[in-house]
This record gives sequence, C-alpha cells and structure tokens, in this order.
Amino acid sequence: MVGHNTLQQMYKEMVTARYYEERLQEEYLEGKQPAFDISAGPIPGELHLAAGHEASGAGVCAHLRDSDTVTAPHRPHHVAISKGVDLERMTAEIFGRETGLSKGKGGHMHLYDPEVNFACSGIIAQGCPPAVGAALTAKKRNTDDVAVAFLGEGAISQGAFLESLNLAAVQELPVVFVIEDNDWAISMPKERVTDVEDGSRRAWGFDMHGERVDADDAVTVYEAAEDAIGRARDGNGPSVLEVQVHRRMGHFMGDPESYRPDEDVERAQRRDCITRMETRLREHGFEEADLEGIREGAHERVDEAIEWAKDQPEPEPEATYEDVFTNSPDDWPERPSREVTATDGGEE
Amino acid sequence: MAQAETPSASEIDRELTMSRAMVEAIAHEMREDEEVFVMGEDVADYGGIFDSTQGLLEEFGHDRIMDVPISETAFMGAGVGAAMQGMRPVCELMFADFFGVCMDQLYNNMAKTTYMSGGSVSVPMTLMTAVGGTYNDAAQHSQTLYGTFAHLPGMKVVVPSNAYDAKGLMHTAIRDNDPVVYMFHKRLMGLAWMPAPEGPKTGVPEERYEIPFGEADVKREGEDATIVTLGLHVHRALEAAEGLAEDGIDAEVIDLRTLVPLDTETVLESVRKTGRLIVVDEDYHSYGVSGELIARATEGALEDLEAVDRVTAPDTPIPYSRPLENEFQPSTDDIAAAVRSITQ
Ligand SMILES: Cc1ncc(C[n+]2csc(CCOP(=O)(O)OP(=O)(O)O)c2C)c(N)n1
Ligand SMILES: [Mg+2]
Repeated sequence: MVGHNTLQQMYKEMVTARYYEERLQEEYLEGKQPAFDISAGPIPGELHLAAGHEASGAGVCAHLRDSDTVTAPHRPHHVAISKGVDLERMTAEIFGRETGLSKGKGGHMHLYDPEVNFACSGIIAQGCPPAVGAALTAKKRNTDDVAVAFLGEGAISQGAFLESLNLAAVQELPVVFVIEDNDWAISMPKERVTDVEDGSRRAWGFDMHGERVDADDAVTVYEAAEDAIGRARDGNGPSVLEVQVHRRMGHFMGDPESYRPDEDVERAQRRDCITRMETRLREHGFEEADLEGIREGAHERVDEAIEWAKDQPEPEPEATYEDVFTNSPDDWPERPSREVTATDGGEE
Repeated sequence: MAQAETPSASEIDRELTMSRAMVEAIAHEMREDEEVFVMGEDVADYGGIFDSTQGLLEEFGHDRIMDVPISETAFMGAGVGAAMQGMRPVCELMFADFFGVCMDQLYNNMAKTTYMSGGSVSVPMTLMTAVGGTYNDAAQHSQTLYGTFAHLPGMKVVVPSNAYDAKGLMHTAIRDNDPVVYMFHKRLMGLAWMPAPEGPKTGVPEERYEIPFGEADVKREGEDATIVTLGLHVHRALEAAEGLAEDGIDAEVIDLRTLVPLDTETVLESVRKTGRLIVVDEDYHSYGVSGELIARATEGALEDLEAVDRVTAPDTPIPYSRPLENEFQPSTDDIAAAVRSITQ
C-alpha cells in the first residue's frame, strides 16, 4: 500500500514536471514567433514534452534510490525529475549553458546525471542495452541495485529492445523495462505498427514476467512497479511493465498534429493523470490547502531553476574541442595567416 | 530521352522548394511504374518529417506509401529483399544518424549483393535520408555522414543542393539498377519551420528529366581559387565567393552533386586553371570527403597545385549549444578566410 509521504512525493514530482514543461514551452516559443523557426529563441532544437506521462515516472521512480540506474528516451523530463536529476543543471543544459549537466553539449535529449545514475538519449530503444549493462554490473558486484529502461510503445519494435529482453532474461538480470504507451509514435498509431495491443506480452516470448497497467494512474503504476522492481532487487530476474499514458501535446514542439483526430487529443486532455492523482490524495485525507501548498512549492522550485539557468554563461566556442579523444584542429597543419574561428594554436 | 531539351533552372518560372521537387519525382515514377513504392517512418499521414513524401499518401494510399514500425533493420532489409526481387523501393531513414541501427542491412546486404552475386542479382533500391545540422539538434540528429556512406563500396551517393537537381537526381536514383543513397540536407528542404537560405528554391521543369550521376556542376566560374563542396555548403561557398569578388578574388565554386560516382575530371580541370583548391565539407575532418578530394587533386594535378586547404567540421561529435554548434559548423566567413589565406 502506498503511504502518505509517498503519495505526497509522487504528486510533488508530477506537478513539478508538468509546470516545468509549461515553463519550458513558454521559453522555447520565445523568439519563435510569429514564424516558428526551430533554430531560434533561448531553447533551440527539438523539444519533446512529456505532459501526460508523469504518472509513469513518479510511480516507477518512487521505488528507486540514487544508486539504481535509469535510462530514458527522447522524452525524458518527467523521468529525470522523478529520478532526482539536478533540476538547475538540467535546465541549464536545456538552455545550452556552460554549467549545464553536459556543459551545453547534450541538450534536452542527452541529459546525463551520474550522481543519480540517469541518462537519456535520442535514438529509439538505445537506452535498453545500457540498462542491461548496469544490471549486469549490479549482479557482478553483488549489490542489490537495479536498472530501469524507459521507452515508448513505438520503441518495442526495435531490435535493441527485443535483444535486450533476451539477454536480460537468459542472464537473469535485475532490470525492468518500462513501456510508456501513449498510443502514438510521432504520427503512427500503435495499431499500424504492431498487432499486439498489450506491449508487455513481448516479455512472454522470453519467458519473462510482463504486466500492463491500463489506468493512467500513479498509484496503480506504483503498485505494479513495486512488484517488478522488487522482483529484480530480490534476484528474481527482469520484467516488462507497460503503462498507459497520454500524449497531451504534439510529438515535439511545432508538430502540426494534422494526422491526429480531434477526439484523440480531447481524450488525452480529459484523461489527466494529475487530476486523477489529486482525487487519490483527497481520498487519503489531503485537504485542498495541502495540494495547493505542494503545487506552490513545486512552482517556486521550477521558477528558481529556470531563473538560475538563464543567468548562466554560454559555453566558450573552444569547449567544442574538449571532452573527446580526437585529432583536434590544434594538430591540423599550420597554414600561413589562416584566420580560423578558434583553437588555431594561437595561444601556444 | 529528351535530356538535351530539358530547360535549365533559370529558364523556368515555376519555382519549387527542394522537398516539392523530390516529391514530384517520386510521384512521377510511382505513376509510371507500379513497382515503385515508399517505406519509412511517418512517411504516410505525416508526409515525412522533412516533407520528403508530403502529399503522396493522398494519391497512392497506404499500400504504396507505407508507414512501418520503428524497426530499421527489418524495413531496410525488406527494402533490399524487395529490390532483389526487382521492385524499386524508396526507403526513408528519417535521419542519416540512425544508420547505426540498420547498417548491416545497408552495407553488408544492400551495397554488396550485386558484387557478391557476381552481378547476377541487382538491388535497385533508393535509400532517402535527411542529413545535416545548423539547428541545434545535437550529436545524434545532425550528422551528414557523407564520407561514411561514400567510403563503403557498392552504393551510389547523391547529395542535391537545390530543387532542380533534387528532382533530376531523384528520377535517376529510382531508375538506377544499383542501390542509391540519396542524402538531402534538412536546411535546404524549404520547411516552414526551418527557413532555407537563398538558393535551393529554383525553377523546376514539370516534365521528367534525369541528372546523370558523376557530373559535378560548376556553379560559379572563377580564376583564382576552386572551392569544391556539396549540399548546404554550396550556398555558403557561393555567398563567400560573392564577398571575395568585392575584394577582387575570383573564386570558382563546384557542386559535386554526387560523391559516388565522383566527377574528378571537373575538379581537376578547375584546379589546373586556378592552381588553388579549397574543399568545404560539413562532415568530419579526417578520413572523409575533404581528404579524398585533395588526394585526387594531388594525384591528378600535382604540378598545377599551388595551395590546398579544407574547411570542414572538426573531429568531434556535434554539440548542442548554439555557440558550440556555430563553432563546429564551417561558416561562410570560415570559407572566405581560407580562400583569402591561400590566394594572398
Ligand atoms: C532508431 C530511430 N528511429 C527513428 C527515430 C525517430 N523518432 C524519434 S521519436 C520517434 C517515435 C517514438 O515513439 P515512442 O517510442 O512511442 O515514444 P513517444 O515519442 O511516443 O514518447 C521516432 C520514430 C529515432 N529517434 N531513432
Ligand atoms: Mg508513443
């Protein structure tokens, strides 16, 4: 059973993630008006928002500690927040600042926080094998740490996922694959790309435990995840957990969504996991003022993180050549009086 | 074929974006040949993330404009298999960066089958893929990988820089009996959300025409230096050449258009005239297109070469933050500076 503090913590994470993304959306669109130009504004590039996915991150990560590993896909913010990723430095990273988690090199799809063993990346199902590797490490080192790979329902047709299931199963590794089923992979509805409605059944083919949570509800997710993560931690092997979530936004900012029926958008808007969570909290005796207090605290924390991030310096161009083992331009042959942009060996 | 009679871009009033020109060619080939079809992610209802299949679903339906699962190994390999049966699939890899999840099918199967079968099996498949950066999409969504694909034998590699070429090269690609990798730069497509520079939108004839592979295009004639480039950087090189002209430096600009086959002769001819070669490439610095072009120039025109240089991306993954990506990307100013330094 979910306790009072856990409920409060999960709600806090969910409203933090939701408000965080509302603020990111505002910042992202600034400078992209009136005409949307992906490379303009304080946050350039792609931005995949996870509004409607919060129950999954909160319900699963409630069972994790810092030493447990999480890999997430291109839609990472809610998971990162629930895993306890440094919010200030994550925000600075999204704004491309020097003090960001990756010094501005990664951006929102490539967030790494080794303090809490979190990483995400932009190639579909790419995080599955590394999660298996983290689980393998836990087994070899005899710790009771676990690993969790988050992925979308579109990603479960990818070889990297299916091969990971098999490897994890045959090695009996402490890893859980969490499928966030939001019904869509960009413009492709689930039924166009798989005949198996319940993605967790992919596990059965590997003789692995698989379970689906139909309700977009953090408490139900919490209970199912308790089972899956407990199984991994106790040395009883991997499992797959599929969670129904909803995509409240386009695939990425700027997605015209002309492929998506209006009713589907409306359904996703109506079926809000945060509203559902508030009902849960009330059932557990929380007062309106309690909820309001949690929300205010979350908003304040987000606003502070964004203010802090926007004050941070941009990286120096020279940083381009750091953090990689490479033939740097410093080693390129000297050419007479060539004024290249930087690191031409001038300061040596 | 009425090749010789096809008017050039400047003789045509009807201007198209590069994406419209590509779509027009694909649609034309699909009308003429039942065996041409399109497979990819988000190619049907979305019309391609970069508009490369926009409008095709309405005319041809889901049977021929096929959305497929995110299973690149399976659908690229299926493209190879269908092509081995004689069909002419156009398979889209949404970003060239995703080649990693299906490279075995591409380079061990698509590229090698004709050779390994002693020429008894051909693979008339077109692999269409988006390349390039300049919009802060970071290390996994911004690469061009020109050199990677051109390095591996068995694939023709095509890189249009404008709508006119995009259409003609697409016709040639689909009709070609060998596998063709058709790499289009996102920044050139004319997307509403990613403004293109001046240049890629050109006059495009309505009729079918082919642009033969292995014919580079001299975009600007000049006497003092030869700038060889491709894709987005054709436009940056032309812009640099304009600026240089004001200072009395007369640069020739060559658009390679295809990397495999490579039109070495046009490059050598130009280098023999100017004596100076600058290769501009958005791909990584080492072991790639720039090194190859300079090697060919030294092999073929050593005695005429007074100076060479290259303006490329560095050998680092592509950083996200704007100041870093600007540093990474070869700019118009970088090109102009390089030309100045070797013509002084
Ligand atoms: C290997 C690979 N193929 C394609 C893509 C492009 N892509 C990015 S997100 C996405 C859809 C993913 O759908 P899903 O896994 O359901 O996650 P969601 O976006 O719905 O959260 C695709 C096809 C990619 N990043 N990597
Ligand atoms: Mg999805």
